[in-house]
Amino acid sequence: MSQENTNTTTQGLEGPPPEDRPRPQGRRNAQGIRIDPEVEAEPDTRRTVISALVKHEPGVLSDVSGLFSRRQFNIESLTVGPTEDDDRARITLVIEEHEPGIEQAKKQLRKLVPVISVRELAPDAMRRELMLIKVNATRPDQVAAVAGMYDGQTVDASPETVTVQVTGSRQKIEAAIETFEQFGIREISRTGTTALARGTEETAATKGPASESTPEYTEDGTPTHPQTTPSDDD
Amino acid sequence: MSERAAVSPPDEQDEEHEHEQEQDEHSEQSASDSTETEPESTPEPVTTGAQSVIRALENVGVEYAFGVQGGAIMPVYDALYDSDITHVTMAHEQGASHAADAYGIVSGEPGVCLATSGPGATNLVTGIADADMDSDPMIALTGQVPTEMVGNDAFQETDTTGVTTPITKANTFSSHADTVGDDVGEAFALANTGRPGPTLVDLPKDVTLSETDREPAEARVPDTYEVQERADDEVVRAAARRIEDSQRPALLLGGGVIKGDASQACREFATEHEIPVVTTMPGIGSFPEDHELSMEMAGMHGTGYANMAITHCDTLIGIGTRFDDRLTGGIETFAPDAELIHIDIDPAEISKNIHAEYPLVGDAATVVEQLDEEMERSPQAKKWRAQCQQWKSEYPMAYDTPEDEPVKPQFVVEALDEATSDRAIVTTGVGQHQMWACQYWTYTEPRTWVSSHGLGTMGYGFPAAVGARLAADDDQEVICVEGDGSFLMTMQELAVAVREHLDITIVVLNNEYIGMVRQWQDAFFEGRHSASEYHWCPEFDTLAEAFGAKGFRIDEYDEVADTVEAALAYDGPSVIDAHVDPQANVYPMVPSGGDNGQFALSEDQL
Ligand SMILES: Cc1ncc(C[n+]2csc(CCOP(=O)(O)OP(=O)(O)O)c2C)c(N)n1
Ligand SMILES: [Mg+2]
Repeated sequence: MSQENTNTTTQGLEGPPPEDRPRPQGRRNAQGIRIDPEVEAEPDTRRTVISALVKHEPGVLSDVSGLFSRRQFNIESLTVGPTEDDDRARITLVIEEHEPGIEQAKKQLRKLVPVISVRELAPDAMRRELMLIKVNATRPDQVAAVAGMYDGQTVDASPETVTVQVTGSRQKIEAAIETFEQFGIREISRTGTTALARGTEETAATKGPASESTPEYTEDGTPTHPQTTPSDDD
Repeated sequence: MSERAAVSPPDEQDEEHEHEQEQDEHSEQSASDSTETEPESTPEPVTTGAQSVIRALENVGVEYAFGVQGGAIMPVYDALYDSDITHVTMAHEQGASHAADAYGIVSGEPGVCLATSGPGATNLVTGIADADMDSDPMIALTGQVPTEMVGNDAFQETDTTGVTTPITKANTFSSHADTVGDDVGEAFALANTGRPGPTLVDLPKDVTLSETDREPAEARVPDTYEVQERADDEVVRAAARRIEDSQRPALLLGGGVIKGDASQACREFATEHEIPVVTTMPGIGSFPEDHELSMEMAGMHGTGYANMAITHCDTLIGIGTRFDDRLTGGIETFAPDAELIHIDIDPAEISKNIHAEYPLVGDAATVVEQLDEEMERSPQAKKWRAQCQQWKSEYPMAYDTPEDEPVKPQFVVEALDEATSDRAIVTTGVGQHQMWACQYWTYTEPRTWVSSHGLGTMGYGFPAAVGARLAADDDQEVICVEGDGSFLMTMQELAVAVREHLDITIVVLNNEYIGMVRQWQDAFFEGRHSASEYHWCPEFDTLAEAFGAKGFRIDEYDEVADTVEAALAYDGPSVIDAHVDPQANVYPMVPSGGDNGQFALSEDQL
């Protein structure tokens, strides 16, 4: 590899140099939202549950998980299972993202051809997870008592181990794990969150509109600012 | 296109009402087309899966396919033997994918490429990824090992649907001879509906060999796939008010304007309301660059005036653009004073990179018309327009041509532009030559600029010229502007151009450098030319002759005009090896992540 010859001409174009040009006042944050430079720039993230009704066919799960990893969405759990309709499966995703990230995740998911509809569930939606937790059987009575505290059931007992099944919200499962720790945890297996909307509200059954949220405008056409929904920790 | 519309079976007619109307329009067109050609004969009934594949392509009016033969795809090629579809055997499957991609760009109908399993399919991958980044309509058909061998690491087995999932709009593994034709029809429809993109159908050999008498169903997108044509009226209303009140409006036209055939609607909107127009690179050709309102291309190597306009506007109307980082530079400083009205057929593009205050999901032409109908007056932007004109004179794209220095590449591009018609098609490789081809050619028509934008694929230009040539009208010249490095990647397709007698004029802007890399090394790596200099470069004119093409060479300014004329006059592929100034650099330049308004005009400003 040779060192470069010295007669490199620094060619260029005519015109006022950068420092002589006017500069605009504004600025955008990393999400491309115009911001008041005085005010905090980065939005908070929140955890939310997205339910997708999909065609029950091979490859859908890998399409969805591939999409989330490729686009770097922060995904906490992904579950899939059959529904009331043999041709349909439901995928439940728990993600933690800032507001634009959640919107983008929903839209990208909706774009996959085998995806029928996508819905972000309300904070009061029913969310459940199942855990199998296997602990040492040195104090079986106390294990049974703790299981009772969390409405758990003993599903297997051997001279050395007891396995308990606990279902409930993520916090309940996590609290249970903490309490079971005293016995010595051998193994845990969790299903991840599955969820349904409450009452007559549909979870994600009908065809959703392509874009769910339309901004609102004042009389003269000025957009009112995008509101953030309160963060929810269930 | 002929034989476009297949009639749907009576029991499905109700729910397909909308589809039919679309189809009817097409069939009217095709009816008038086909009066000039031979009368239609009833095709032979389908007997195998492979025949069903070909029938599905014929049903949608496919005229050309680009590909390379091989074991797993042989049944499909056997069926193709009896078809009127013209197959062009390419030298390399990558060439087939770029040719199909360019065919799609120029014709507006999905280009078709074929390859065998394993290496055939993986060789298509670059072209598929390229089409995906640029939303070009394309369909790839790949052979696959027989179904019962899938998963056994059989000879030439690659998980093609697995490999291509992230780079296709949709792909599918065909599982039955009865439905394989439906799969192909659906893939074709998906490639061309809504936001276009590449689709792929993987065809196991047992499926294509198996017997079936089922004719493929009408090509249509699956019912889970919805496209919104019209934007929300309330947002349209608000956006119109915003434009009316704007003092510094700018239109930003992207590739979606061309793909959505919205160039005419955008031209009318811009001229009626006197709004300056900036384009993205894929948007080149959507608005005539010789028009007073045209600011030309913005972004990394956009014009100074386009970058000033986009940086200082107060209302930006972005149409069919995904706000790629080569356009925006750093997000923080992109159009920082502007409220964004974003029109796109893909809702996921809206507010993906730049937040849109006015999100307008829908077909570009439809939404621009909605917006136009809603406008009660034009913005009062005389001062702004004068400012834009002033920027145009402040930042000219002029360059020097000293006689004692080698020929400037810009000069060669301009000479070609002058010698060709307005409808001439330009294809390019990737590098400095590509940027000069954008900057120094004056584009006035949509579908005349064919390049690799999002993926930036060296080697794209020449195979793309092959596809473009077959899609173009006979009176449209096809010019391929190449770099020495890019041309070396896919120049073996010269064999195809000679064999098929394709009239293409290739000009290699030969700087004996991986020039764009050399420019960055000078600017950002202290001039250390690691792996960017060619110590030896073939004589492209002589090489062309070896292929049976016509070779020319340019070393001096006074050779340019005559050589260009002779090369254009030659009926067949010709290669001009233009030895240009190896030190020439592309300016203006916004470094990656930089501020568009602070574009550099020379290296010392970087
Ligand atoms: C397939 C591929 N490999 C590498 C690159 C990185 N790259 C971008 S431009 C460039 C130089 C291209 O050289 P040439 O075709 O001679 O064009 P020039 O810049 O000299 O006009 C390279 C190596 C690329 N874009 N594509
Ligand atoms: Mg070069």
